[in-house]
Amino acid sequence: MSTESSAQNQPIASTGPAAVSVTGVGKVFASRKGADVTALEAVDLTIAPGEFVSLIGPSGCGKSTLLRLIADLDTPTSGSIEVFGKTARQARIDQAYGIAFQQAGLLPWRTVRANIELPLELHKVGKAERGARSSELLSLVGLADFADKYPDQLSGGMQQRVAIARSLAESPGLLLMDEPFGALDEMTRERMQTELVRICAETGAAVVFVTHSIPEAVFLSNRVVVMSPRPGRIRDVIAVDLGRAEGRGEGLREADSFFEAVVAVRESLHGEAAGAPAARGVDQR
Amino acid sequence: MTRTGSPLGRRVLLGVLGVVVLAAIWELYKALGPATGVVIGDLTVLPRTSDLAMPHVWDMVARLFRPVRSAGDDEMMWQAVLQASFFSLGVAAVGWFVGVVVGMVLAIFMQRFRTAESALLPWIVLSQTVPLIAIAPLVKRWGSQIEIGSFSWENWMSVALIASYLAFFPVSIGALRGLGSPDVNHVELMRTYSVGWWATLVRLRLPASVPYLLPALRLAAANAVIGTVVAEVSIGLRGGIGRMIVEYAAAAGGDPAKPWAPIFGAVLVGLLAAGVVALIGLALARYRRGETPA
Repeated sequence: MSTESSAQNQPIASTGPAAVSVTGVGKVFASRKGADVTALEAVDLTIAPGEFVSLIGPSGCGKSTLLRLIADLDTPTSGSIEVFGKTARQARIDQAYGIAFQQAGLLPWRTVRANIELPLELHKVGKAERGARSSELLSLVGLADFADKYPDQLSGGMQQRVAIARSLAESPGLLLMDEPFGALDEMTRERMQTELVRICAETGAAVVFVTHSIPEAVFLSNRVVVMSPRPGRIRDVIAVDLGRAEGRGEGLREADSFFEAVVAVRESLHGEAAGAPAARGVDQR
Repeated sequence: MTRTGSPLGRRVLLGVLGVVVLAAIWELYKALGPATGVVIGDLTVLPRTSDLAMPHVWDMVARLFRPVRSAGDDEMMWQAVLQASFFSLGVAAVGWFVGVVVGMVLAIFMQRFRTAESALLPWIVLSQTVPLIAIAPLVKRWGSQIEIGSFSWENWMSVALIASYLAFFPVSIGALRGLGSPDVNHVELMRTYSVGWWATLVRLRLPASVPYLLPALRLAAANAVIGTVVAEVSIGLRGGIGRMIVEYAAAAGGDPAKPWAPIFGAVLVGLLAAGVVALIGLALARYRRGETPA
């Protein structure tokens, strides 16, 4: 993967450390019977500040594992991970990232507002400031009228929006998302994608987004990282040039450039079967 | 709270109806059953229907409104029973509270340290197999040796201690399950917030344990009442329902309705204890959202 080519696709080429820098990372899960499972092998990936990168690949390709390593929910067996120039562990302690999972994971006994304020409350942010921040986030995700509702009174899509608002509570420079729309129906899913593009443009956060869906990855991303299983490694990094995030609307889903990018990602995913494996790490357009 | 469908009035009515049906069955059997009771082989499966064995329901109720000793000018029976009931309820409440605290501390300790769970849990289960009759005299004897400054151990404390011995068990088991109930998702979320064990306990594990804790508290209340009544008898504590049941049973020959008065008292204590726990459940309703009917 050449940094030059990816730099062209970033909204803003900012100075300073990369949002995420993964170098030679491998992860081996030791199983009880002695047959170790190699989840990741020799993974290199650099993500610039403000860049939206999707990880896509079949089950077992280690995309979620990679996300968990960046989040410091697991530690790599080899290699190193830096987030904004800090170790993954330090970045977690400093709250450098926000995270959202496939399940919204809201606390059922807290109102929508209290759920969004949870990280702020845990980090001893004052009450007035918390209230101001949660109001801001509630209107950002379009749930201002639902502040005092409980999670069980919301639809799945609304719950996921609350989870996204919560992940943004501390204005992190990096968002980690593990199939956040995986459990939603197609209509809601597309609406949420449009929302997410807008939210990311407003917050300027870099995003690592794990997904199964090719159109979703293409629609959202600056770059799509295609991974292959057993052992999990990066097969291809495909730059998607669909313009600045602000300009992406529903019309884009029917644009030719969108279809071309979808085809490129699909061919890469099925690449080796087609007998024309792309050189690893080289951008394909 | 899944059964809020029926209004309060209806539920009260159904409760009253249940008591009426029970009284009707009692009277029906008394009227129609064989005088010698139902006997299979040598075994009496249903009691004799004489007034001595089965006094009329109205006699039992009427007995409450006569003096304690039929002849004298004592206080009314219901007053004596009520007094004893509140005495027992107070002792049971102390036992319940101590049991809940001990049970919670044990559960939190076991949740925190896996080895503690393996080491403690079998003993906690085993503790409940020791018969109450066996430990009551021991507790009394050990207690009588405690005297620190102006504090001296009293018999009611022994009774409360035994009540707590029965009460802590469901709490520790229920709380242990409840504290372990949060999803991996939630636990990992707390980890991404890099907050420690204590904050995770207070913000996540304790609130999540409420649906498991409430049935445990109800069981603990029932256990505390039973423990109190039985321990009052075996320790010989005066003033409570347990002792009253034993004393009045001796009078059953001449006054068959009399022993039923303290039994009603024991029922009252149990109802009040259950009611208090129900109030706790109402206060914690926020933590029971999404609770699935068991």
